[in-house]
Amino acid sequence: MQTAPGTPDVEQRILVASLLFAAAMVALIGYAALRLGISVPGCVTNVKPFATGELIEIAPGRYEAHVVSKMWVFKPSPLKVPKGAVVDFYLTSADIVHGFYIDGTDVNLTAIPNAVTYTQARFTKPGKYPILCHEYCGSGHHEMYGQIEVTP
Amino acid sequence: MIQKELRAVILIELLLPLALTLFGVYHGVLQVLYRAGVIQDLSFLGIGYYQGLTAHGVINAIVLTTFFAVAFGNAVVSQCLEGGVSAPAARIGLALMVVGTLVAAWPIFAGKADVLYTFYAPLKAHPLFYVGVVLLVVGSWVSFWAWIPGYRRWRKNHPGQKTPLAAVGIFATFIIWQICTLPVAYEVIVQLIPWSLGWTPGVNVVLSRLLFWFFGHPLVYFWLLPIYVMYYVTLPALAGGKLYSDFYGRLAFMAFIVLSAPLGLHHQFTEPAVSSGYKFLHAALTFLVAVPSLATAFTVAASLEHGARQQGGKGLFAWWGKLPHFDSRRWLFPYLFMGLVIFILGGLTGLINASYGMNAVVHNTSWIPAHFHLTVAGPIFLGILGMSLYLSLGLLGKECAAPRTALLVPYVWTAGVFIFSAGLFYGGLRGVPRRTNLGMSFLDPTSDAYRPDWVIGEAAAAVGGCLMGLAVALFFYVLVRSLFGARSQQAADSFAIPMAAAYHDEDVPAVRNFAPWVVAGVIAILISYVPPLVQVLGANYPLASG
Repeated sequence: MQTAPGTPDVEQRILVASLLFAAAMVALIGYAALRLGISVPGCVTNVKPFATGELIEIAPGRYEAHVVSKMWVFKPSPLKVPKGAVVDFYLTSADIVHGFYIDGTDVNLTAIPNAVTYTQARFTKPGKYPILCHEYCGSGHHEMYGQIEVTP
Repeated sequence: MIQKELRAVILIELLLPLALTLFGVYHGVLQVLYRAGVIQDLSFLGIGYYQGLTAHGVINAIVLTTFFAVAFGNAVVSQCLEGGVSAPAARIGLALMVVGTLVAAWPIFAGKADVLYTFYAPLKAHPLFYVGVVLLVVGSWVSFWAWIPGYRRWRKNHPGQKTPLAAVGIFATFIIWQICTLPVAYEVIVQLIPWSLGWTPGVNVVLSRLLFWFFGHPLVYFWLLPIYVMYYVTLPALAGGKLYSDFYGRLAFMAFIVLSAPLGLHHQFTEPAVSSGYKFLHAALTFLVAVPSLATAFTVAASLEHGARQQGGKGLFAWWGKLPHFDSRRWLFPYLFMGLVIFILGGLTGLINASYGMNAVVHNTSWIPAHFHLTVAGPIFLGILGMSLYLSLGLLGKECAAPRTALLVPYVWTAGVFIFSAGLFYGGLRGVPRRTNLGMSFLDPTSDAYRPDWVIGEAAAAVGGCLMGLAVALFFYVLVRSLFGARSQQAADSFAIPMAAAYHDEDVPAVRNFAPWVVAGVIAILISYVPPLVQVLGANYPLASG
């Protein structure tokens, strides 16, 4: 078989199709982020790192959870909120990097010492949700878990 | 022809990390057993779970991949650019890499560096761990520099001629490597080593993570592009055909130079300090870097079809049967072909991970190792195994002593990695964390954290992981038996890596030179990384000591 001349049209079409695919995916993600509010934790610099964990009810059904993670506990735990509660999570670490993942929700954060990570979640279904550290944090990592209890 | 004086260098670069990989794979198998609760302990036979996990990652993902990229690069550059490798410089590079590996191995095996291969500060390792990693990387730089004078000489002696595609791919690999390792070198040398020695009180953790992930994602293209070189030049030759389009191969490699770095923030969606807007930009750029991979998938598939039709293949799909899937004389073929098959799922799940808000569903769950075992332990590991066997036997002038077993390895591996990943995908969507000794808590029926719904996924991962271990055992049986086989000087002297000619052999000036693409890459990095860097430094986080 001899060498064929020129650039194959079919490859140009594949390249254009790939670019359109990428653009469509990005557009959908943008729509989800801007219109549906499915976003990622942003940059929080107005909250100073804190040393003690606490759950504060700032208004009926509105909570602020200041969570301190450290080898190998989350404080406070368990967190108790009523069904329908909207919780602002502020997360920091007292030692090294930890993970903070509330199983069954989209709350998925990284705890960094001397910095604060933020996200908001609404709890509509009563139950006990495990909080998992899913970032390796030393020899007791697998023992690091907590709980959030949503009461009916 | 591969330079004779490089043979020993390349053989050491291939065989030394493979020997270490025996341990890396051994602990891979142990991990699935720990996680499934088969081993319920903090350690087994004197190696801790997290210590073994560190060794598994460092050996398999850093040592093996770096040595292989250098070894394969030495062979390709030497063969394509007619003796283009400076042998003394290659030897210095090898020496640095070997010393670095040994220096880093000591703290890992002494239990003084249980920090995983991501070594997230302020987890602290023994200073020698960091020193060893630096030496390994610097050795790979020196090995790269050993090709540059030969490349310039070849270009000068061949005016108007295109640089052979395989050499272009290898240079693209190491240009990316050179750029992306600079920030992590800064992190390790300026931040981590002085802190680990006790000279500085702590680390700016957010900055260290930004620098690490600037490196962490292009790293995967450093692993992948040598395999792409095999897909573009070797696979069509094994299939009995030609590369469908030379230009698109070059374009893909150039595109990776531009696009592989400015997207590392997609590993940091769950972190503070960088604004959502830049996280979104990096997510979008991640989709753009999928484009050269999609183009590669097409070009390679078209090349395979071309080869199969040359062998009499017919029909819309029936030509698949004409590919040498089960031809033991061409046992290298399924190492590359099955890698491609695995990579379809690996690539698509990577796009899911990069999908911004959706990342919250999977970040740091076992979904992530399920994904990257379909990339680094799919096309990359299979390509490394197959080409290491092929190259080392070729350079020694030996025959494959058990070609049918060699042919079986990629199929056993593929079955294993699919079962393994299916289990981890399933578990990840149910919250199973990665990097966790599950048997000590969540998969221990006597623990208050016990999760019966996680058992089946981890059980599947254990079955798959054991199959992967079996495939590697078979591979080493073939390798060792072959190494003890008869040697033919004539075969060694005439050995060359199979390289296909191009079917569409276009000459496009835009992909003639690296320089404009490197400049575009640097601009892309500046646009995507300078503002996040300003945000991180401007936030003025206190140092953390751990």
